[in-house]
Amino acid sequence: MPEIKRRTLLAGMAALPAAACTELAETGPAGDIFDAAEDWHRAAHRTLASRQALAPEYAPDERSPDIKGNGTLRIETPEYRAAKANDFADWRLSVTGLVDNPLSLSMDDLRALPQRTQITRHDCVEGWSAIAEWTGPQLSALLDAAKLRKEANFIIFRCADVLYDRAYYESVDLIDAYHPQTIIAHDLNGAPLPEKNGAPLRMRIERQLGYKHAKYLTGIEALASFDDIEGGKGGFWEDLGDYQWYAGI
Amino acid sequence: MKRHSLITRIWHWINAAAVIVLFMSGLTISNAHRHLYWGNYGFDPADAWLHVIRFPAWATIPQRYDLAEARDWHNTSAWIFALALFMMWVASIITKHFWRDIATKPSDWTPRAWLTSIKDHLPGRTTGEAPGIDRSYNPVQRIAYGIVLGVFLPMMVFTGLAISPGFEAAAPWLVDILGGRQSARSLHFVFAWGLFGFFVLHLLMVLLSNPLKQMASMITGGKREENSDA
Repeated sequence: MPEIKRRTLLAGMAALPAAACTELAETGPAGDIFDAAEDWHRAAHRTLASRQALAPEYAPDERSPDIKGNGTLRIETPEYRAAKANDFADWRLSVTGLVDNPLSLSMDDLRALPQRTQITRHDCVEGWSAIAEWTGPQLSALLDAAKLRKEANFIIFRCADVLYDRAYYESVDLIDAYHPQTIIAHDLNGAPLPEKNGAPLRMRIERQLGYKHAKYLTGIEALASFDDIEGGKGGFWEDLGDYQWYAGI
Repeated sequence: MKRHSLITRIWHWINAAAVIVLFMSGLTISNAHRHLYWGNYGFDPADAWLHVIRFPAWATIPQRYDLAEARDWHNTSAWIFALALFMMWVASIITKHFWRDIATKPSDWTPRAWLTSIKDHLPGRTTGEAPGIDRSYNPVQRIAYGIVLGVFLPMMVFTGLAISPGFEAAAPWLVDILGGRQSARSLHFVFAWGLFGFFVLHLLMVLLSNPLKQMASMITGGKREENSDA
């Protein structure tokens, strides 16, 4: 077989599945199969690891020199600039939705709760990782104080940042919400969170990728379903770019 | 007796399809952060041991940069790839295909055995057409297939699982054995390109030795030559 023909054949063999994939992904069935595969991954992880199985924690000298900021790095709204200038003294975190006892907590209220400090690895969906020490109260303590109702299935995190004209938000199910390492971090490596990492408050959802760890946290909402929230897919990147709601892989 | 058993043939083509989709969607994922690190963390390109090129759209799935869709293709095909690999291994141990055709003998690991294998592959040498020549795999083939089936393909699964933070909570030791998450990610990349190298050689060998007959025998099963003692 002449060389040129062979090369054309090989290129054709490579292009064929790619073209077919694009075609398939844009039609219905592939989307359903992708969703099923995501569910299987989540089910497999949940079966193999216990609900409380911890993400690895590291020693202080294993931390990375910095923790890269991603997504929103600076918020330009006058409200946020004023709050930051005031060292977030008046920042409030609300706990609302399917709770019997809605809360509105100050930074001091959050610091007065029992604290958890953990040195964990932050894995971005892009592939990079950084290790840092995070401190804050467990989300479970807030949900208990707010008296979560039985109908609640998901916890939504509301944020102060707006990207591409959409408010950032994220959601997890109750397994991750009640996981011992799921904390509302206010300190990074022993100092208040820098703005690029989500000052003054951010979520840590340690068994999932970085985009689940909502920054600039303003509210926690308990809901039965997130179908009616924003784009209906349970998170900013899920709505905008069709990212996987379960980001444990 | 068929040259390739039905199980081998079914697995071969399922695996080929899964690996092509995994490789091409993997190139999109590589484009998301084109730097590789050793250890547990790594985010600063200055610390990278390798800067990877940006793979062109024609080589990727999908045919444009879309990380979320690439991850869908990758994580869906991974199920097919891993389950098929596992079932193939179980089957080849039960049917003794592994012991009969893939497992090496001590004499396979000698330069002389390799030289003979390579000589038999040179153009003009149509191995086995003469009666009485052993039609089973030669030492170089046994070693190559053994490494691909027993090391490269399983390592793709293990390094892939280790990158998943949800799986890590179930098996943190896997990440430790591999030297940390960024090491696992680097190894995933290295083994993927090792497989690509095998793929190129494999296609070349097929093209050099009666490609139509080879393709046909991987579909219909083909026939083992008479006098074969394999």
